[in-house]
Amino acid sequence: MNNDVLSSLRPAMVMTVLFAALLGLAYPLAITGLGQLLFPSQANGSLVEENGRVIGSTVIGQAFTSERYFQTRPSAAGKGYDGLASSGSNLGPTSQVLADRVKEQVSVMKAAAPGRAVPADLVTASGSGLDPDITPKAAFYQVDRIARLRNLDRSEVRRLVEGSVKLPILGFLGEPRVNAFELNRRLDAIGAKALAGREATATPSESAANRK
Amino acid sequence: MTMQGWLLIAAFVGLLLALAKPVGLWLFALYEGRRTPLHAVFGPVERGFYRLSGIDPQEDQSWRRYAVHMLIFNAALMLLTYVLLRAQSLLPLNPLSFGAVSEHLAFNTAISFGANTNWQSYGGESTMSNLSQMLALTIHNFLSAATGIALAFALFRGFARRSAAGIGNFWTDMTRVTLYLLLPLCMVLALFYVASGVPQTLAGSVDVHTLEGAKQTLALGPVASQEAIKMLGTNGGGFFNANSAHPFENPTALTNLVQMLSIFLIGIGLTYTFGKAVGNTRQGWAILAAMMALFLAGTAVTYWQEAAGNPVLHDLGAAGGNMEGKEVRFGIAASALFSVVTTAASCGAVNAMHDSFTALGGLIPLFNMQLGEVVIGGVGAGIYGFLLFAILAVFVAGLMVGRTPEYVGKKIESREVKLSVLAIAVLPLVILGFSALACVLSAGLAGPLNKGPHGFSEILYAFTSAVANNGSAFAGLTANTPFYNGMLGVAMWIGRFFIIVPMLAVAGSLAAKRYTPATSGSFPTTGPLWTALLIGIVLIVGGLTFLPSLALGPIADHLAMIRGQLF
Repeated sequence: MNNDVLSSLRPAMVMTVLFAALLGLAYPLAITGLGQLLFPSQANGSLVEENGRVIGSTVIGQAFTSERYFQTRPSAAGKGYDGLASSGSNLGPTSQVLADRVKEQVSVMKAAAPGRAVPADLVTASGSGLDPDITPKAAFYQVDRIARLRNLDRSEVRRLVEGSVKLPILGFLGEPRVNAFELNRRLDAIGAKALAGREATATPSESAANRK
Repeated sequence: MTMQGWLLIAAFVGLLLALAKPVGLWLFALYEGRRTPLHAVFGPVERGFYRLSGIDPQEDQSWRRYAVHMLIFNAALMLLTYVLLRAQSLLPLNPLSFGAVSEHLAFNTAISFGANTNWQSYGGESTMSNLSQMLALTIHNFLSAATGIALAFALFRGFARRSAAGIGNFWTDMTRVTLYLLLPLCMVLALFYVASGVPQTLAGSVDVHTLEGAKQTLALGPVASQEAIKMLGTNGGGFFNANSAHPFENPTALTNLVQMLSIFLIGIGLTYTFGKAVGNTRQGWAILAAMMALFLAGTAVTYWQEAAGNPVLHDLGAAGGNMEGKEVRFGIAASALFSVVTTAASCGAVNAMHDSFTALGGLIPLFNMQLGEVVIGGVGAGIYGFLLFAILAVFVAGLMVGRTPEYVGKKIESREVKLSVLAIAVLPLVILGFSALACVLSAGLAGPLNKGPHGFSEILYAFTSAVANNGSAFAGLTANTPFYNGMLGVAMWIGRFFIIVPMLAVAGSLAAKRYTPATSGSFPTTGPLWTALLIGIVLIVGGLTFLPSLALGPIADHLAMIRGQLF
């Protein structure tokens, strides 16, 4: 037994150092180098820049609380969509806190679209608190409100959502979904286009009202 | 439940069964120490490592020597991790300037990663520097997995060798598995993850100016390199707090499928390796059949319950399945499947928050772990755990037919049965004992987030996860306290090494035995009868002990849920 212990000391210590260098430094640094070389955008977080500023990541969700945007799911990450504190709510199925939160969220959603069942994902917190997606149902649910608040044609907003739905790979891998960041960017784009179009034809007072 | 969901489950199982043989054959080559095509690349590294550390690769070790060398090596690794975490603030690659990790958290984390558990009492992106993630944690992900596979090899040799004194060489087993399997495969997987959107950078974070004009800071880091081994080695310790639910760890449905396959890949290959090692691949398929039956039953229950949803929320006007704690890109099916995969194997990575599952949907992950992580199981640990159950099963069969039990050509005698029972009894003893303690001490009762039976489930789940070396959590539990860090650290240590040592003793005892050819009176260990007996033994021995605790936790929770009683 003693002999077994003594004979293990040198290999244990030297192998610890060697493997630490190989697996803890060489391997991650090699992948970092290769990743930065081959897939620079993804390796740095799939960031989207506009006018020299990072405005989001196509992979990570951001908070959309304004009624003029397609709203994202409730988030338990920090104070909401905190990229330094990912988290689910961890509330269980019989939690009073969960029931109260869902109840409140349902009433908020229903106020803007009365008489329709609220899609579950719009009133439940995601696992990460950074979910970039909402279901197509949840996006269509918000079409009327967006069209009204932005003075857009309902069918135009509806088409925008239809064009943003991502379908499962091979029909079964993944769920149909809509990336809220990308959808809202397109929404801003047609908003700006519509505004520019209206400015050309409308009276000055109307266009000022629109700009508010 | 949808057709699309069942298609995913069918495709997953189909891919796995197709991978079992090629992976098993590759592992068999490493088991035998044969040359692989990758020796051209890593052969010099292997020889250099042996030379520098004074290892004789030809040495055949007794089970005691194998065990001691394995234990001392793992102790050295854990010590290194402890020191690195304590000294984090003084070391480089710490872009967000995190302070030193507290004593109790560093203690817990070092054991956790060393024991292939990867229980995390901390949020990765708010606690660990990039250097800690790479150097202190990633090496354990590789080497605790390699240790598990080496131990499985040792037990296989116990069955396969005849009248032998040794069970192999820990150093060569562990090194070969790392260099010719884990490392090359992880390099491919890591690059696939980067291409799919998993970050791999030494930067710490990036500031985002959102469309609504707010500021959002996103944590970044060398995520992909850790993600690859986190899944392949059934470790499960996430770079981020939300683990594989975080879009940076698991950005698409395709990465999700690859992660689930990675979890099972080696475990399922080892069943084939075992068959090859004992000279009859039907022995391996019989074990795999029993594992898959238990796995599919669990998947069906969780998927059904999660798709049915929570009646409490239905009454409030939120239609559909249970989406609390789940990501839209995975939905119900891929989240339910992932939860069963990760707890059947001792991975513990999560792509949805198990704490927010329906009561019975969450019971299955808990029960999977209580069975001892033998349904596929952790890399190596699953098959050696299952073989201990197989020893009990032939013993029970032997009692029924009145003959000395035999398994794959070895007589199973009192010593092997005693040691197997010793290893298997550790699990209920520590899980139930420690949970009971936590339920009567104020430091323990301070932990749960949820009230009522679900709060008890959180405590039970934590100790189950720790002892079974899983690492997933009902994460509402506040575990980063001296009480839980200490208790769970000890539980993880016992759950790993108090099973390994008796298991290696079994291997040594079996290796020394003569070969006993099967006769017409031997109980056949390949057909459906044997598979059914195995399932029965796993459920009765492994599961029955826990039924009372499940009644107090998830089952009471379920009854409250359908009555609409809230806490």
